[in-house]
Amino acid sequence: MLTLTQLVPRGLAPFDLTLEDGACLTVSGPSGAGKTVILRAIADLDANTGEARAGSLIRSQISAPVWRKNVAYVPADTGWWADHVDSHMPEGDPGPLLDALDLDRACLSWPVAQLSTGERQRLALVRALLAEPDVLLLDEPTSALDIDATKTVERLITDYMSRGATVVIVTHDDEQAQRLGDQHLRVDGGKVEILSREAGQ
Amino acid sequence: MTYISLSVTDVAIGAILIVANGLLSFGLGLKLERTLVIATLRMVVQLTLVGYVLTAVFNVASPWWTGTIALVMIIFAGYEVAARQDRRLKGVWSYGLGATAMTFSSTLVTVLALTTQIGTDPWYDPQYAIPLLGMILGNSMTGIALGLSTLTSGVARDRVAIEAQLCLGATRWQACGPMIRSAIRTGMMPMINAMAAAGLVSLPGMMTGQILAGVPPTEAVRYQILIMFLIVGATGLGVLMTVFGGLAYLTDSRHRLRLDRLHPARMG
Repeated sequence: MLTLTQLVPRGLAPFDLTLEDGACLTVSGPSGAGKTVILRAIADLDANTGEARAGSLIRSQISAPVWRKNVAYVPADTGWWADHVDSHMPEGDPGPLLDALDLDRACLSWPVAQLSTGERQRLALVRALLAEPDVLLLDEPTSALDIDATKTVERLITDYMSRGATVVIVTHDDEQAQRLGDQHLRVDGGKVEILSREAGQ
Repeated sequence: MTYISLSVTDVAIGAILIVANGLLSFGLGLKLERTLVIATLRMVVQLTLVGYVLTAVFNVASPWWTGTIALVMIIFAGYEVAARQDRRLKGVWSYGLGATAMTFSSTLVTVLALTTQIGTDPWYDPQYAIPLLGMILGNSMTGIALGLSTLTSGVARDRVAIEAQLCLGATRWQACGPMIRSAIRTGMMPMINAMAAAGLVSLPGMMTGQILAGVPPTEAVRYQILIMFLIVGATGLGVLMTVFGGLAYLTDSRHRLRLDRLHPARMG
């Protein structure tokens, strides 16, 4: 469960939000409106005001690294800090996740420089999921993927939600928003508007 | 100890070489004449003034005057560190960080040397304190400037990779570890290289000066070795303080990367 109270991301109006376990919020709006800014604010990566809770965790009362381990933000541009893929994986067995995303298990020993953008995007999701966060903040997780790969990623996300995780996903794709979202957030001109699924239709 | 005093005429004869360089520049169309003249005049005026100031300060031998001169030197060194940055820190940190680190490291090492190894009486005797601080400051300044610019360019370049680690719950120190290490290493390299080359490739200036002044070479060498140790000590401490201080400023207590506290890179 994710609860935001009077969250003020940089340059945006304050807003409240409650998202139940297993629920998904999709975020849309024109380019530059502040979709990424919202995710970064929830992850506490940019200075922001307001309170956020994930389950029993209260953001202001725990350290930022502990918060981010539970509220994992996966940025649109994936970052790599070592030469090979496996150096980026936290503890755990990435095998099942790689299978679910149609990635070759051998890719763990590949140099990062050899990966395609789509492979990087999926591997960034794998390394975030491996830590089993309660809340997942995804910034356009399928932007570099074809239809089939998009389907597998969506399936993995829904699967993860069915195990009780809460997901916030930025997407440009209205159909994807309809497929995944229980609630819908639209940001435009500094204003944040939250609609339930029914109201959004 | 004997040394040969130079008359103004002796020095003026040396200036013929500058004139020769100027003529060369004119003849080859290098357009260096103007800068050459300005640089020469600056050098002569600055050094002459320093000569008078030092003479005056040596004569009064007051801790306050020694302290004032030391402060002025540190302020200039702080500006020099800031001027050598491609991406400067915002606010007072721009000059303040390097100056603070040098104040601590250079002063500490200089005072340590004056009170224990060299043992001057009084310990602030400007004839020893000021040249010593000057050498330590001048050399550690290079290391500090290099270390800081390696840190800021590394952090700015690897922003995405650093934030990717922060997103997965790394602390700011974990995420920036490689940049910290490479900044400290780069800052220390010039002095380590200077030690390795000392005597073979280069004759250090202080030692050469003492030999010219009539000090037996073995004595001068012993002095130079001590100075090298002092410089390396001050550089290590200063670089460490600057790099950790710089990273503390470029991140915050919520383990965020704060590149908004860094000026954009200068053009050219």
